Amino acid sequence: MAFSAFATGTAREQVPRRKSRVALLLLMPGILYLVLFFLVPLVSLVITSLQAPSTFGDVGSYQTAFDWNNYVVSITQYGDQIVRSFFYAVLATVFALLFSYPLAYFIGVTARRWPLLQNLMLVLVIAPFFISFLLRTLAWKSLLSDESGFVTGLKALSLLAPDAHVTGTPVAVVFGLTYNFIPFMTLPLYAALERLDTQYLEAGSDLYARPSTVFRKVTIPLSMPGIVSGVLLTFIPAAGDYVNASREFLGGTGTAMMGNVIESNFLILLNYPAAASLSIILMVVILAIVTVYVRRSGTEDLL
Amino acid sequence: MATGAFAEAGADLELVGVHKRFPGFTAIEDLSLTIPAGSFFALLGPSGCGKTTTLRLVAGLEEATAGRILIGGKDVTDTKPFQRPVNTVFQSYALFPHMSIIENVAFGLRRRKIADATAKAHEALSLVELDHLATRRPSQLSGGQQQRVALARAIVNRPALLLLDEPLGALDLKLRRQMQLELKSIQEEVGLTFLHVTHDQEEAMTMADTVAVMNKGQIEQLGAPEVLYELPRTAFVANFLGQSNLFTGPVADTTADSISVNIAGSKIVVPKARAKRHSGQVTVGVRPEKLSLHVTAPEEAAGTNILGPGRVIDVSFSGVSSQYIVAVPGLGSIIVFAQNMGAGPIAPEGAETWVSWRVEHGFGLEDEASAAPRFTADDDTATIAEQKKHALMTELEEA
Repeated sequence: MAFSAFATGTAREQVPRRKSRVALLLLMPGILYLVLFFLVPLVSLVITSLQAPSTFGDVGSYQTAFDWNNYVVSITQYGDQIVRSFFYAVLATVFALLFSYPLAYFIGVTARRWPLLQNLMLVLVIAPFFISFLLRTLAWKSLLSDESGFVTGLKALSLLAPDAHVTGTPVAVVFGLTYNFIPFMTLPLYAALERLDTQYLEAGSDLYARPSTVFRKVTIPLSMPGIVSGVLLTFIPAAGDYVNASREFLGGTGTAMMGNVIESNFLILLNYPAAASLSIILMVVILAIVTVYVRRSGTEDLL
Repeated sequence: MATGAFAEAGADLELVGVHKRFPGFTAIEDLSLTIPAGSFFALLGPSGCGKTTTLRLVAGLEEATAGRILIGGKDVTDTKPFQRPVNTVFQSYALFPHMSIIENVAFGLRRRKIADATAKAHEALSLVELDHLATRRPSQLSGGQQQRVALARAIVNRPALLLLDEPLGALDLKLRRQMQLELKSIQEEVGLTFLHVTHDQEEAMTMADTVAVMNKGQIEQLGAPEVLYELPRTAFVANFLGQSNLFTGPVADTTADSISVNIAGSKIVVPKARAKRHSGQVTVGVRPEKLSLHVTAPEEAAGTNILGPGRVIDVSFSGVSSQYIVAVPGLGSIIVFAQNMGAGPIAPEGAETWVSWRVEHGFGLEDEASAAPRFTADDDTATIAEQKKHALMTELEEA
């Protein structure tokens, strides 16, 4: 559904004229995979989210029920974390977009004359993937720790209160999310901007549009498919992320996001129905937000 | 550029000593040019001659390395494209793919905050007979329709100067003819100054009031199409604008109003007024359609030049006329166009023939004689095919 935004306009016109057995046969592995690893777990998750504690059972023992109350409890109990998740994810997405657009524009448009520089910069964007995401986040934890040069420096300049911390704050979490998802934002933006025909920009300025107007009326709309995919690729995983906000990494007690709550309910509190219902809530809210977003950005009209 | 108002009339364009250098090569070398307001001016030249660069300099899409550009007397050299009272019809149209046709056409009007932008855009679309497609996207239109939209998008702004960058290049022949006439009538109707860049000599000649033939970053010759055709100044112009027969030889004799040039033993007389150089090695020429073909030796007469005898080596029929290629020993081949008045060719292939033309039809070029062959690369394909055929035939004869 939402991902039809990535489909090109021509796909609609190329509807196959007859049903083919071969096509169905070729689709079978994919369908089987989806049923086994997506549909079955999803159904299992829905069932778990409606379970009630066993009448005389141990902690972590549940029986099949139809307990809607799980959702109500989850929302009231974890309302803060739910709101915080989406708030942090939106902030991280906006920051990643603001950082990545100029970068992608430079690589995809300005650096066209120097293919070597273009390739080098692309490699630099992808390079962080060669190191585990956990390791990089841990590295940031020590870079931003109280003993680090950065923090002591800020304190020496009185830009930071003597008893203040950077790690464990919302700033560190949003920073970590932004940092970790920048490549996912930059690459689709680059792919869109790399195809941007500068002739349209010239036509815009020839038709009395100032550079800022050309950017708003021509560059942005033409790179919209890249913006949409970059935002989705950043926002969806960021909303469900449980690494950056966790206390072992950049977060603290007051920064827990939905991912952290789901993790602790599944693994520590053994409250499976609460964890499952939170997962479903996360999924539904993301789907709703993405649907509205894709509809509003109107990318299906783009070439 | 003032907002809220149209240019009242076309404006003069003046280029003063313009140079444009790119890293590694010079595109334009000391170009000075004045285009009077309200004229239809064509810049004609082969690809890579600097004509598109000239257009982009005027539009402000390139910065001149040196020199000034004036539009309507105002120096615009240092202004940005959006500040210039100029609009361009781009070679590949550059219609915004994310906007409908009407939004495309109204784009410039909206930027200048002109009242009733949509109504004016509809008017412009009606002018190019495409108003019924206003809500479509550019990708849903054919090439010819897109071309007309691009034209409407430019002229709706009533620019003082309209730049056309080979806008008819992508169209088929019939549509091209039709668009040439439409463009011409639109220009007369709206009275704007048009600067049209093309490599199609026929297009330039049918549409423009003034044609400038450009080669290697400089203007070779400028003038009305008839003048350029009848009296080319250089070998490049003589060959690029139509076809020419050119002969080089020393001036043998000079009278009060003519010179005679010794070409492979024959005397060719050219009026002094039509010759740029009157002494030394001179290249003279004549257009193929001015030549008469004779199967018997014509009588020497005053006012006529005769070359021959030669042999017809090729006859190609093209409906109203035929093209004969006559090989004259010591001269090379001469191209003759003759109307097909009777049935069959005037002279069959292999026949011995003479060619003649009236003295006042010849012209003398300004080029140094030795400079003549530097343009061989720009020969039209027909000549190249002809040369290939010759080479092959001589090879076969030798074998």
